[in-house]
Amino acid sequence: MAIVELKNVAKRYDSMPGRKGNEHANAVEDFNLITRDGEFVVLVGPSGCGKSTTMRMIAGLEHNTAGEIRINGQDVSAVEPRDRDIAMVFQSYALYPHMSVYHNMAFALELKKTPKDEVKKRVQEAAKILDIEYLLDRKPRALSGGQRQRVALGRALVRQPQVFLMDEPLSNLDARLRVEMRAEITRLHRRLGVTTFYVTHDQTEAMTMGQRIVVMRDGRIQQIDTPYNLYERPVNRFVAGFIGTPSMNFLKADYQGGTLKGKGFSCTLNPHQQSALGDSAQCSQCWLGIRPEHLHQTEASTGGGRLEGAVEVIEPLGPVTMAQVRVGETLVTAQLAAHLEVQIGDTLTLAFDPDQIHLFDIESDRTLGLETDPASSVQATA
Amino acid sequence: MSAPPTNASPKRRAPTKRLMAPSVLFLLVWMIVPLAMTLYYSLQDYNLMMPDMRGFAGGLSYELLFTDPVFWDALLNTLLLVVTCLLITVVAGLALALLFNRTFVGRGIARTLAISPFFVMPVVTGLIWKYMLLDPVYGLFSWVMRSMGFEPIEWLSSYPLLSVVMMISWEWTPFALLILLTGLQSLPEDQLEAVRLDGANRWQEFRHIVLPHLGQVLYVVVMLESIFFLTSFAEIYATTSGGPGTATTNLPYYIYLGAFFQYDIGLSSAAAIGAVVLANICAIFLIRFVAGNLNAGSQR
Repeated sequence: MAIVELKNVAKRYDSMPGRKGNEHANAVEDFNLITRDGEFVVLVGPSGCGKSTTMRMIAGLEHNTAGEIRINGQDVSAVEPRDRDIAMVFQSYALYPHMSVYHNMAFALELKKTPKDEVKKRVQEAAKILDIEYLLDRKPRALSGGQRQRVALGRALVRQPQVFLMDEPLSNLDARLRVEMRAEITRLHRRLGVTTFYVTHDQTEAMTMGQRIVVMRDGRIQQIDTPYNLYERPVNRFVAGFIGTPSMNFLKADYQGGTLKGKGFSCTLNPHQQSALGDSAQCSQCWLGIRPEHLHQTEASTGGGRLEGAVEVIEPLGPVTMAQVRVGETLVTAQLAAHLEVQIGDTLTLAFDPDQIHLFDIESDRTLGLETDPASSVQATA
Repeated sequence: MSAPPTNASPKRRAPTKRLMAPSVLFLLVWMIVPLAMTLYYSLQDYNLMMPDMRGFAGGLSYELLFTDPVFWDALLNTLLLVVTCLLITVVAGLALALLFNRTFVGRGIARTLAISPFFVMPVVTGLIWKYMLLDPVYGLFSWVMRSMGFEPIEWLSSYPLLSVVMMISWEWTPFALLILLTGLQSLPEDQLEAVRLDGANRWQEFRHIVLPHLGQVLYVVVMLESIFFLTSFAEIYATTSGGPGTATTNLPYYIYLGAFFQYDIGLSSAAAIGAVVLANICAIFLIRFVAGNLNAGSQR
């Protein structure tokens, strides 16, 4: 169990493959994070955002070119990976093909010259937790993907390390197994209470597993927050679009006299939103963000927000139906009732509550009128 | 080849034999005929100096062969040559492969240079070593010795077998290097990372991950090289001519001497059969090893 501290950590490659010049030469820039003891931190972002690089720097497989990495207060920048007391689960599992499952799990302990009885006890224990006792004599090649995943977890577990690192451990599993293992890893973490870093590109995994989530993009932290806060109070348009499925809809809107308007939609804003947008007399532009689940089918022309457009795609999912509506130039996704009596090509009118919309600056993409809540949100220092 | 499943109809099964026939026929002509002819000649009393006095000799050639001390010398030399060359080429090849697997400036050029001995013809290898390197008067080695104040060594007469071993190893180390390097490059990086995080040092990393990974590649190298080392001839022919005495006479050279100096076809055929038996003994052991490893590898 440990507190991991990353202070202004950066990774710069001398020559970034496939990229020319100094542009984007920093894989990770100015990464700051202090975990709580036993916390489950998820690093999430699109591929190439530097999340794996950050994790590999914590493991010591890559050297940070700037900043400090501390584990329980000790600066580990110069410490070899093998001396950091960190266990990692790889995306490819990286099991040793010529060793049995038992040996795969026992290997780290054997290297440390742990007494045989102790090794056996710990391997058995871990195998029991993961329900893989019956696999111990097999070689990795004789295992299914899900079983290999469990062995990889077991290999990390046996070590009883200070920190767990998991690099997209579920991405090679099929959808169903992924959901199962997701819950299992969460359960495991709760039971063991080991500080864990978990890298994923899947925002659902991040939301369901993380106690705190670090959203990254192009090597920079966008936001560090709890799943709930990321959903409710994204700091910019990227985070807003990245968190939540289906993604938030964004409409370019003109603001004047207390209302947002655009081709096919309009919305009367609440007073606090108006003040966020500034001078109402002057015409200005901003992004209006609205999540699919906050759009409702309506007939009456009540107040608040409404949008209108032709239905282009209907996707029945069972409990709900997704409809894609052409509003102006934008395709807006709406999550509607299961029994949707609409045909493709029909014009659909959708209403939304102004309280549930998000406003973003047209240039910087930053969220407008975000009330900072110091208790729950730890903002990335820019 | 495994038998087709039982539900396959006879009709479905029929063409396999006909389709296999050409390759079986080819193998027969290519392999069995020369072997059968050698066997036939080994039972004949047949000397090229007296081609008319030919006749069935029974086991006489074999009797002569087994009582010929030169044959036993040749057998011992062959085994010594194969084993030492294997050891040197595999160890040196592995060391070089590990070196060339790292990135450094000029790696491409260095790699090409390291591999180039393999493209030199065996006779040329022999001549290069004999005249340019080992020659007690003009050779590079003797120059080095002299410039350090030592008496130059007369390699080919003082250490003949060692000289031949050096030549063959020089020629074949690149082969081992090349194959082992490809083996190293197919090692997944994440396994090395995993083992580093598991607490292994460099040696443990090599011992527990790299070496097991190279296992089957190593066996392939050993097998192919033994085949070639068993038949080495040109280097010996071009340098020591099997001498001094019988010091560098190996089985191929012994057969050559028998056939083209004593003109005794019967005796050299018998020796050739002996070589075939020796090669087969080696092959049985090696193929068992390799087969076991290939099977293990294919299930990965």
